[in-house]
Amino acid sequence: MFKQLLFYILISHCLLSFATPYRPSSDAEILQHLPSVNTVYDQELRYWQRQLNTDTGNLTVAVKAANLLIDKVKIDGDPRYYGYAQAAVKSWWQQAEPPVDVLLLKAAIKQHNHDFQGALTDLQTVLNQRPDNAQAWLSQAVIQTVIGNYDAAMQSCQRLKRLSTALIYASCMANTVGLQGKAESAFLLLQETEANASQEQDHLWALTLLAELATRLGKNNDAERYFKQALALPEADVYALSAYCDFLLDTGKPKQVVELIKDNYRSDALLLRLTLAEQTLGSTAAAQHLDELKLRMAAYRLRQETLHQREEARVYLELFKQPEQALKLALANWQVQKEPWDARLVLAAAVAAHDITALNSIVTWLKQAQLQDVQINALVTAAMQL
Amino acid sequence: MWNWLTLLIALLALPAYAHKPSDSYLTINITNDVITGQWDIALRDLDYALGLDDNADNQITWGELKHHQATVVAYSLARLALNTDANLCTTQLSDYLVDQHSDGYYAVLRFSAMCPIKPEQLTVDYRLFFDLDPTHRGLLNVNQDSEQQTAIFSPEQPRQQILLNESNAWLSFKQFVEEGVWHIWIGYDHILFLISLLLPSVVFRNGRQWLPVIAVKSAFLEVAKVVTAFTLAHSITLSLAALGWLDLPSRWVESAIAASVLLAALNNISPYVTQKLWLAAFAFGLIHGLGFASVLNDLGVNGKYLLVNLVGFNVGVELGQFVIVAIFFPFAYLARHSWYYQRLTLNFGSLIIAVIASFWLLDRSMALGWSESLARFNAFSGSVSEYLPFFNT
Repeated sequence: MFKQLLFYILISHCLLSFATPYRPSSDAEILQHLPSVNTVYDQELRYWQRQLNTDTGNLTVAVKAANLLIDKVKIDGDPRYYGYAQAAVKSWWQQAEPPVDVLLLKAAIKQHNHDFQGALTDLQTVLNQRPDNAQAWLSQAVIQTVIGNYDAAMQSCQRLKRLSTALIYASCMANTVGLQGKAESAFLLLQETEANASQEQDHLWALTLLAELATRLGKNNDAERYFKQALALPEADVYALSAYCDFLLDTGKPKQVVELIKDNYRSDALLLRLTLAEQTLGSTAAAQHLDELKLRMAAYRLRQETLHQREEARVYLELFKQPEQALKLALANWQVQKEPWDARLVLAAAVAAHDITALNSIVTWLKQAQLQDVQINALVTAAMQL
Repeated sequence: MWNWLTLLIALLALPAYAHKPSDSYLTINITNDVITGQWDIALRDLDYALGLDDNADNQITWGELKHHQATVVAYSLARLALNTDANLCTTQLSDYLVDQHSDGYYAVLRFSAMCPIKPEQLTVDYRLFFDLDPTHRGLLNVNQDSEQQTAIFSPEQPRQQILLNESNAWLSFKQFVEEGVWHIWIGYDHILFLISLLLPSVVFRNGRQWLPVIAVKSAFLEVAKVVTAFTLAHSITLSLAALGWLDLPSRWVESAIAASVLLAALNNISPYVTQKLWLAAFAFGLIHGLGFASVLNDLGVNGKYLLVNLVGFNVGVELGQFVIVAIFFPFAYLARHSWYYQRLTLNFGSLIIAVIASFWLLDRSMALGWSESLARFNAFSGSVSEYLPFFNT
């Protein structure tokens, strides 16, 4: 097994470095497929980008285009759009005191880059100027939850009670309360609010949260139902799809994962899930997709970015079967973000690597946070027998 | 075999495009002052900047990419500036190809760079796509004499400086010049021989008495004659020995060098040769050249750069010698009238030199090993690398 792995790494390295540029023999040879730009959404985006080209100094136009571009990343998972969004507001980006809308964009992009402190600083600046900016409170609550600052997150959510819709407020609260031993009541509250919310409201976040809460509580039927509802929405995003794939993998349905994403795995998150599913199934395509993953990881490493430590930890743990390296990455990632999956990877890697120190500290944290998660609970039970 | 096949199929079946932040891969090769490069730029990025999809079918064909070649090349190369020591190099396209990377197809621009002067430092200024996508990165790889350097271009750091290795021949030459200088400075026997010959250059013999020379010109002429003769002679034998045309036992050579120092010193105390001292310098210079040659051999001159190293070492020896003369001559000239120059320096100094030379002669001819722990030990057993730091500081 190890020999085979070494062999693959060697060959992929050789091929990577000896890939030879060539001159296609036919003019008709198709080189590059471009992202589809034919949806109504894309037409709107194109319209605003054209407006921006003719009126580069117009802040309203720039912010509109940038926000559409950020939405595009969420739907598509293509990080290039973050760069395009940043470029759209470049005239204001470097200013000492950028306009509020630009600060919100900066915060969103910093959040994407896992610069959570930087994002919180920008949001604080916004809130100092506009204490009733709902978007800023919401973004702040989400980031505070990601970094495990639950008390602050709940305070931020509280502001939304008056400033936003009942659905957003309930989602915000469920997002943080659901991680602190009250997953059941968070689920029920959000379930009720979502059912009563009007159609025009944005249900995607609520439905995804409901599916995740149900997953962690072991309510598999509810989870399945909410994931499907979320994914049926036109604005369904890569995040929801990845979470659904994880749910399917955890509940022993790798075949469905392959069916779902075999033709749509451009984002690294989805490629990882596809490879995991194929590995479980013993499919021959697993080796091919593993090589692709390696190439993508190598390409990221050249950029010297550590954005994908969570995914990389999972690759090392579940695909490469190298728990020590996986634990290293998982712990580095744990310094940055503290969501259930981050804890789960530290836990699983510590168990696999028989690292008692890491194990004790993560179990202590989990107990203190009272995190409810059937998968994590099972891992802790297994770990206690070590 | 099966593994190979699956892998090849795997690579052929890479997805149409994958999600990855935008990168370009810039490779610069520097060999013997010739700069060539290869620049892989994602078709997606080129399309975003320039619009390559003529028939708007969401795919780019080779035909479309070819059709836009002039635009693509002009756009890209205008955003890459190579400078050598503040002089702009002109880049010229040499090939236009395609290649596949982990996230899709890339246009491959091969180019050569013509720089106005021989570069010592290459500055690469990179501005591609930063205006359209500030998260774009240029990943630079510089290959130089089998060494690799990497760097990343970003909007915050669009400029990278690359120190260029000098070509090996030049580096080798410089190194041997340094060796030559170093060797004459720590080769006390050569210095003492030279000084013994130079001591009487500011005086002349009148009967049993030394008299100071009147004109600086005649003194300088004397010095020049002696130094030139010595240089010429040792250059001849050094070259012959280094080229392998002359090979004498080093014990004999080293003893003869010691003898030459002794004779030169004794000649100052009890003059035997007073005219045409340069002839003696020439004759003994031949022997000293053989001594230099053994050092050169110890330093390991290799076949490829033999001539370069030989010339370099010789130049170094002359430079070192020149410094000694430049320090000695003004002092000697100014002090030539004084009692202590004639008595103390010329006579007593020569006596000391004679004693040291006798010691060397005895030691070397009988291989007693007295000097092993003394200065010459360093000169002959030290390695090149031990000397180099001294010159680099």
